[in-house]
Amino acid sequence: MLKYIVKRILMLIPVLLGVSVIVFLIMRVFSPDPAPIVLGQHATAETVEKWREANGLNSPIYIQYFDFIKGAVTGDFGTSYYTKTPVMKEIMSRFPATIELAIAAIILASIIGILIGAISAVKKNSIFDNSGMILALIGVSMPIFWLGILLIILFSGILHILPSGSRIDPLLQPYGGTGFYMIDTLVSGDMEAFVDAVKHLVLPALALGMYSMAIITRMTRSSMLDTLNQDYIRTARAKGIKDGRVITHHALRNAMIPVTTVIGLQLGSLLGGAVLTETVFSWPGIGHYTVECILKSDFPVVQGIVLLIACIFVLINLVVDIFYAFLDPRIKFSKKEA
Amino acid sequence: MKLKDLKADVEENSLQQALPLEKPESRLKEMWEALRENNAAVVGLCIILFLILVAILAPLIMPYDPNLSDMSKSFLKPGPDHWFGTDQLGRDILSRIISGARISLTVGLSAVVISLTIGVVLGSIAGYFGGKADIIIMRFMDMMLAIPSILLAIAFMAALGKGIDKAVIAIGLVSIPEYARIVRGSILSVKENDYVQAARVIGNKNSRIIFKHILPNVLSSIVVRATLGISTAVLDTAALGFLGLGVQPPVAEWGDMLGRARGFIFTAPYTLIFPGLAITITVLAFNLLGDGLRDALDPKSRKN
Repeated sequence: MLKYIVKRILMLIPVLLGVSVIVFLIMRVFSPDPAPIVLGQHATAETVEKWREANGLNSPIYIQYFDFIKGAVTGDFGTSYYTKTPVMKEIMSRFPATIELAIAAIILASIIGILIGAISAVKKNSIFDNSGMILALIGVSMPIFWLGILLIILFSGILHILPSGSRIDPLLQPYGGTGFYMIDTLVSGDMEAFVDAVKHLVLPALALGMYSMAIITRMTRSSMLDTLNQDYIRTARAKGIKDGRVITHHALRNAMIPVTTVIGLQLGSLLGGAVLTETVFSWPGIGHYTVECILKSDFPVVQGIVLLIACIFVLINLVVDIFYAFLDPRIKFSKKEA
Repeated sequence: MKLKDLKADVEENSLQQALPLEKPESRLKEMWEALRENNAAVVGLCIILFLILVAILAPLIMPYDPNLSDMSKSFLKPGPDHWFGTDQLGRDILSRIISGARISLTVGLSAVVISLTIGVVLGSIAGYFGGKADIIIMRFMDMMLAIPSILLAIAFMAALGKGIDKAVIAIGLVSIPEYARIVRGSILSVKENDYVQAARVIGNKNSRIIFKHILPNVLSSIVVRATLGISTAVLDTAALGFLGLGVQPPVAEWGDMLGRARGFIFTAPYTLIFPGLAITITVLAFNLLGDGLRDALDPKSRKN
């Protein structure tokens, strides 16, 4: 097992190096020169040249790449072209917001998804099942940003019960701490701020989690249906175990194995979805910031963020694979390696 | 069965006798028959046909010029003159949605053609030849998959510049790995079959074996993926449009319409509801058809 994990971690290195090459090529080779964008169209040739020199853009492209990789290994992605702040600092100031949103979304999606999926499977072909499946189908077909807009119209515009954007009321904002407002407000014992942060989190988390919720619902349903047809379920029923216990202790537990994988993979894809959700809800996270930086050609920041997101994404995949094998002892690592 | 044994087998028997080939047309026909029994898929197909018809007949059925602005008519609520209301520049929203159907369907289909073509070629090479080619291609695909597709598409757009043609390329490029993976997997599962080995033994070229003997047999899974791929491409197009990276004004595109109307979310919500509904219905239709096709091919999922 340990050998497998070490091997998988080592295999991540070329993937991440490749990701860095792809991002580097897109941003530095194929993108237009950032100098006129950063300095403005009226900058003199001399200013542009000076700026390019100062930011290492006049060196040969492979030198630029090696400089970037050398820094990246030590966590130094350079400084933003605009704010002159270290990229890592820029990322870290926004990262908790995105992680908090993604975790809230996946928790919401998992609870509702598993619940609807399991009940749909048990009550197959009932009205509940059919409505659940229609809801799931709409969930995968609806653009995240439109769902966000609809939620804002309903809950902020019509019902006036939830805020339409940002993370917290500026007057209640916690300073210092972890950057995770749920934790910071709880630790400081400021319940008013905590409730306000939760209220701000509900709509973006629902919008971001809807797609995952739909996928989890479908997966849980089909996995439960497969499990409910197994011999051991019949045996459990024949032994006289109550229906509820058979479903929760025998069927659901086994049906959860593939669902866990899907939940893990969805957590990774939420980082992509955050780009759109954060834009709709003016959520000060990394997704919205990345779009801004790509459009402003702030290369160092984009490279840092994409590499970091790719890192998280592949690590989640690895953890899911290991967890999957752990949950289902029938899976042999050697088989997967082949 | 080893190649040597097979050679002997082929020599002894006539090829036709030894290896009955399944015609791809019969597979597609079988798929069509199963599809017709699936009500949801038929609904999806009907919606798609309707959308195609709307896109083709757009110039004839649009009640107004979709790009004609008239500030005296801005923010008219939905009514008999303007069924879906008018936007901030007084343009008829229904006409813009009809016009947008052309863009969404064209971009969706074109992006899938790009990703499908490149994905099939790369997946075929990786699956059929294996070895180093397989490792290099699939590792590259893994690298692309490690970056969230929408981020990658935005990065491509930043490099290529704004515009709907660029959006097609960006969306097409980011979906390549999915097709490459599916084709590679399908090829691996059929390449050891007797009929492929026999085709090799009788001296067919690799390209002929891939295109004539292997791909037609994995066509069905590619068709399913492509149908679902169109829905993803429509969603991605709308997302890029929403972020202001898609069409150039005044062209009507559903995502762009949403992005530009965002500021009027509380004052004129109808400017946001109808374009979003158009995206959702289109994506839903392709999902229904794609799911139906998958069920038609896979008796196991049909059972569920």
